[in-house]
Amino acid sequence: MSEPGIIQVQVNGKEREIQSGLSVHQLVESFDLDPKLIVVELNREILSRDQFDDVQISEGDAVELVHFVGGG
Amino acid sequence: MASSEVAVGGAVDGALTEPLRIADQEFDSRLFVGTGKYPDNKTMVEAIRASGTAMVTVAVRRVDLDRTQSEGILFHLDPEEFFLLPNTAGCYTAEDAIRYARLGRAAGFNEWLKLEVIGDETTLVPDTQATIEAAKTLVAEGFNVMAYTNDDLVTALRLEDAGCVAVMPLASPIGSGLGIVNPYFIREIKRRCEVPIIVDAGVGTASDACVAMEQGVDGVLMNTAIATATDPVAMAHAMRLAIQSGRLAYLAGRMEAREIGIPSSPTRGMLD
Repeated sequence: MSEPGIIQVQVNGKEREIQSGLSVHQLVESFDLDPKLIVVELNREILSRDQFDDVQISEGDAVELVHFVGGG
Repeated sequence: MASSEVAVGGAVDGALTEPLRIADQEFDSRLFVGTGKYPDNKTMVEAIRASGTAMVTVAVRRVDLDRTQSEGILFHLDPEEFFLLPNTAGCYTAEDAIRYARLGRAAGFNEWLKLEVIGDETTLVPDTQATIEAAKTLVAEGFNVMAYTNDDLVTALRLEDAGCVAVMPLASPIGSGLGIVNPYFIREIKRRCEVPIIVDAGVGTASDACVAMEQGVDGVLMNTAIATATDPVAMAHAMRLAIQSGRLAYLAGRMEAREIGIPSSPTRGMLD
């Protein structure tokens, strides 16, 4: 069990402990990322940017933070 | 007129300025370029500008969270300047390709997609069955699907039937630089499909791009040939000229090839 106020989540395939109660927007910003340039998939569901503020991260969530990189 | 442009007369006048139409979009260039494998981002942007391209491909990947600063490509490429074409590179199943396609669209730029489902790790040749399957789903979801495929006529026709806005047969394997290995099949695909045909993958140097365009295809998509050239900016410029040259040569209608010599100068009037 995690400490109070801390939850265990998976972000980009890696287990991480984060503060509970964070919105998706806050989680993205906690990694120093610009929410406007990031696409978020939460438990395999893509979130639209206008959901970032309202959706909270919960214990056990699997989050993918993706963006565009160079490719052919 | 920029120095890279060729002044044209005759029946092909205007051919170089005639835009390429794919779905409801017009493109000023028949060269599409990837954004991977450049030595640095500055060179990438300069090369892309030198290529004169109107559309660039990008890949969808996890953010590397262990780096201190995110280095997404949008820090370097202005989506206002270049039309972005997200790809599904690296996907080996229809399901994965659909997932990546949706993520790319969620970035919020457009509904366009370069669909790519790989079937073999060594040759990177596409899984054509999975590509057709994914194309059907994604077309139904409103994507403008440009489908990377083998140089196979039947698959090309099925991708067209599935509603793809362009079919993109390979010249040779991705990143191989072998050029067009089967120009006959490329020509046949072009003859038989109504949607634009873009040769995608395998171009190694300018002559390969030129040969591709000489088959009558509508455009060429390339990445490695430019990005890994010793001077990517110069190669991008060479590719731009090669695409124009090949297009013009195709429109001009080439002479008939013969396996014997035919004199170019009069045979009469020779001295005794």
